Amino acid sequence: MDRIPVLRMGPLLLITIQVDMHDKLAIQLQDDVTNRISEWGSTGVLIDISSLEIVDSFIGRMLANIAAMSRVLGAETVVVGMQPAVAITLVELGMSLPGVQTALSVEAGMELLYGAVTTGPENERGEA
Amino acid sequence: MNDLAETISQNENKLRSEWIRTMSSAVERSDLIGKAELNDQCASILQALVEGVRTSGAENLAGAGWNSARELLNSISSSRARQGFSPLEIATFVLSLKQPLFALIREKMAKSQDALFDTIWSATQLLDQLALVTTEAYITTREEFILRQQQELLELSTPVVKLWDGILALPIIGTLDSARTQVVMESLLQTVVATNSRYAIIDITGVPTVDTLVAQHLLKTITAARLMGAECIISGVRPQIAQTIVHLGINLEDVVTKANLADAFALALQRSGRTVVRTSAAPRSPMSGLFTKREE
Repeated sequence: MDRIPVLRMGPLLLITIQVDMHDKLAIQLQDDVTNRISEWGSTGVLIDISSLEIVDSFIGRMLANIAAMSRVLGAETVVVGMQPAVAITLVELGMSLPGVQTALSVEAGMELLYGAVTTGPENERGEA
Repeated sequence: MNDLAETISQNENKLRSEWIRTMSSAVERSDLIGKAELNDQCASILQALVEGVRTSGAENLAGAGWNSARELLNSISSSRARQGFSPLEIATFVLSLKQPLFALIREKMAKSQDALFDTIWSATQLLDQLALVTTEAYITTREEFILRQQQELLELSTPVVKLWDGILALPIIGTLDSARTQVVMESLLQTVVATNSRYAIIDITGVPTVDTLVAQHLLKTITAARLMGAECIISGVRPQIAQTIVHLGINLEDVVTKANLADAFALALQRSGRTVVRTSAAPRSPMSGLFTKREE
């Protein structure tokens, strides 16, 4: 069965969506992400959707769900590389993904997450 | 019916000169069209008229025989619309044929009252329809004009400017409607991707009014930019617009707004970790004594 790879990069998870998403794949991905976060103790999830050209309300909801689930498990989610057409479609569908952080490129997204990691709980612990 | 055609073709020269005379007394636009050109146009219209009446009859203007007459009138009236004639003048061009034509028919058919009336009736019907054709062609030409200008305006009015590495500005001038928002949104998002810009400043100094619809359009653009990972700052909010926004209860709380473009630019620089430093003392100005001088 197809499955979207979830890569580990230090404290982060890197997910690159390069195939058309469908229900099963999305549910599998949700499963994988939540399992990996608890297994590896990841503090950030980076989802690269720069090759995603078609989007519908289902994929929008899936992104929001993954972000919400990760937050419950203590990890921040950043969606990176959204195409203009995809962004316009999501806005027209009324999905502004309020709980999801975004960045222009994988690099920018990592900076954002590393920033969150270094100013996050670890730093507080270091100061204490 | 062919009486009409015969009458016209036999007395073509006389009719044409009478026509031009009547026309000139009604509307004189020698500044826009030359005598020779007008003469040519009249001659070809009379010719087409004769052909039309002969092949398709005077009643049925949709018939194939009238094609050349209709095309001729269309091209004449659209070229006149471009030259600056008014619709009144263009319609008069055709309608002023009535008087000389009726006089001619009356002269030729004085013997039979019935034939006279019939011919005059079909001639007046014909000329009225032809006048309508010219008016329609005039309006079509003007509409094409307006449409093209609208499109040009749409394309011209949405420049996306790069202010600094990673900072874009989008000065919007004129009212924001749905069609324009679409163009604005697309060009902004494309440029965000192309230049990899983290900040976009939308300047609404040139937007005359902001109502709920305009605000909604702006919010859509901002949300789409945010989804892509760019942050929008609205600048150029005039006092009246700030009041309108509050009175209408538009929620702009999630959006950073600034009074002018300079403030928004400063904010974008600050957020991207940059600062503007003066490298030498400013040129002498009357106000300089009022501020403390920098230590060298």
